[in-house]
Amino acid sequence: MSQDNKKVTTETTGHVWDEDLQELNNPLPRWWIWGFYITFAFALIYWLFYPAWPIANTYTKGVPGLNNVTYVATKVDGTQETKTTHWNMRSKLMVEMNELHKEQKPYFDKVAGKSFEDVSKDAELMQFVNSAGKTLFSDNCAPCHQAGGQGKVKFAPNLTDDYWQYGGTYENIQTTIVGGRHGVMPAFKAILSDAELTEVSHYVLSLSGEPHNAAAAKLGDAIFHGDKAGCYACHGVEAKGNIAMGSANLTDKIWLWPDVLGAKTPEAKLGEVKTLIYGGMDKGVMPVWETRLKPEQIKLLTVYVHDSLGGGK
Amino acid sequence: MKHDKIERNVGILIILTMLAISAGGLVEIVPLFFIKETVEKVDGVRPYSPLELRGRDIYIREGCYLCHSQMIRPFRDEALRYGHYSLAAESKYDHPFQWGSKRTGPDLARVGGKYSNDWQTQHLTAPRSLVPQSVMPNYPWLSKTELDYSDIQGRMKALRVTGVPYSTSKAEFDKNVKEFGEDTAKNLHIPDAEKNLIAQAQVGNYDTNPDKLTEMDALVSYLQLLGTMVDFRKYDDDYFAKFR
Ligand code: HEC
Ligand code: HEC
Ligand code: HEC
Repeated sequence: MSQDNKKVTTETTGHVWDEDLQELNNPLPRWWIWGFYITFAFALIYWLFYPAWPIANTYTKGVPGLNNVTYVATKVDGTQETKTTHWNMRSKLMVEMNELHKEQKPYFDKVAGKSFEDVSKDAELMQFVNSAGKTLFSDNCAPCHQAGGQGKVKFAPNLTDDYWQYGGTYENIQTTIVGGRHGVMPAFKAILSDAELTEVSHYVLSLSGEPHNAAAAKLGDAIFHGDKAGCYACHGVEAKGNIAMGSANLTDKIWLWPDVLGAKTPEAKLGEVKTLIYGGMDKGVMPVWETRLKPEQIKLLTVYVHDSLGGGK
Repeated sequence: MKHDKIERNVGILIILTMLAISAGGLVEIVPLFFIKETVEKVDGVRPYSPLELRGRDIYIREGCYLCHSQMIRPFRDEALRYGHYSLAAESKYDHPFQWGSKRTGPDLARVGGKYSNDWQTQHLTAPRSLVPQSVMPNYPWLSKTELDYSDIQGRMKALRVTGVPYSTSKAEFDKNVKEFGEDTAKNLHIPDAEKNLIAQAQVGNYDTNPDKLTEMDALVSYLQLLGTMVDFRKYDDDYFAKFR
């Protein structure tokens, strides 16, 4: 072995270890060298086309006119202007959004230009509403109202039923989405005694035919319509609610905060209702969307919620 | 041979190797400090209030950044899902910034105001109770643990060293009033940090439990702020392109 090594004739680096261990100094392979030169050429061409070198407090933006981006900008006042700039990611995005806008604009224009009822009757347009609405709903609404809009007890209302706390017309729903909602049910722990709380809870349960104590409910009726508690002022004399403030209709079988349907025993049902009246509820916050979504997206979602989720009336 | 000298002298070899390696970084990073357009000119960006700052620290402590980025890139899909792309200006007071690069969960750069405090609290406590298919861990201790804000002034002072304009003197305070307005300036005053922190938590009631000041209050106040400082409706939709 050591015999062979000594026969080396190519140039070496001159380093020798362990008596006869040497390092050959072969030239780099041709293909590798050329690859290296090509990267230089690539860089040079790149500098001509794209932003590259920093100079003082700015940077080169490529040779003017060589690699321009042209897009339509929308100004704050709504007017549009066509602009041409050097290549950059943010302007490229403008181009992409322009293209998307062009694809979707005819549909959005139709949605924006027609009345809610006409959109709803236009089968072709409704296909667009369904697909675009589904995406918007999953990204923004489903985390609270759940994937199909069926809602969640003690959290966010069901949007697929016929009951609307804030009204179920297109206009009502649009107002809800645009400005958000925040229903506040006051706490009665400081106003009503424990016995009174129990009685009024029996009355509330009686309104929708849930098991209750009739005698207690009768006393509760007086409390509900009396001025000490003043439940009727918000929920209405017939307890059917008021869509202007979102005070719930208490005469139906739809419950948002007390889980009356989920509670198995009459005692548990009573407990659910009593806890709510005792402590009140201010967690019902439907966020404001006009700052996040465009008016035409909100209009589309309104139709989606009203028609496609199947709860409109 | 010149190589010989370098290769046989470990000290010189280390120094020259470091120089060679840092060249790439220096060429890419240093000019950014001098280029005027790096940080966009935009209104509204301010440093965190004491409560939000504690929230950010909890965000880092819990490793939320391992699954969540805070950087919306200028791509069509991201614009559609998350909103306006992130600006450099929006993280100019963030040290360290939370841009991240791993998205097991969605980007959070504009999550502020998207959900209610109730949602955030419930979601952090038990994500699957709201999003059944979620793989996000439960953080039940956040709403049980009282917030420790004993060192809040120290935390603000540390950031001050990096250039965040938290104020200690009247002169600095007045300067902040000019730049950010009175309400914000008050929140940036280090000597009042504890008082401001408690006040914001009480008014905001972020953890939906008014009786207790918890880590959840801090974290949710931070999340609710994310991406809300700049009002993009005030700018032409290509305004920020001119900085690139
Ligand atoms: C943070 C959770 C949350 C998100 C996200 C959310 N909502 Fe809501 N939404 C609520 C809550 C809570 C209510 C009930 C408010 C109340 O009780 O006062 C509500 C109420 C509503 C109502 C009124 C229901 C009625 O019976 O009158 C509509 C319609 C609605 N939401 C639609 C939407 C749409 C569309 C989206 C998506 C753009 C959305 N919501 C996103 C929580 C949410
Ligand atoms: C200031 C107005 C106001 C008064 C007074 C008031 N309520 Fe309410 N109540 C509301 C609102 C608003 C809601 C809906 C809260 C929400 O969904 O966010 C509500 C919800 C409820 C609910 C829950 C309904 C559901 O489906 O979740 C019950 C039960 C109820 N109220 C009973 C009462 C009783 C009993 C009284 C009198 C002791 C009373 N309320 C007094 C405004 C009021
Ligand atoms: C194991 C990865 C993981 C970790 C760690 C994690 N998350 Fe998440 N997060 C997710 C996933 C996946 C989702 C999407 C499903 C959901 O909403 O739960 C999500 C969703 C969210 C959302 C809702 C975003 C939106 O726009 O809907 C918020 C807010 C959030 N996470 C905050 C946090 C915070 C704060 C922490 C740290 C305390 C954290 N996450 C830690 C994976 C994670």
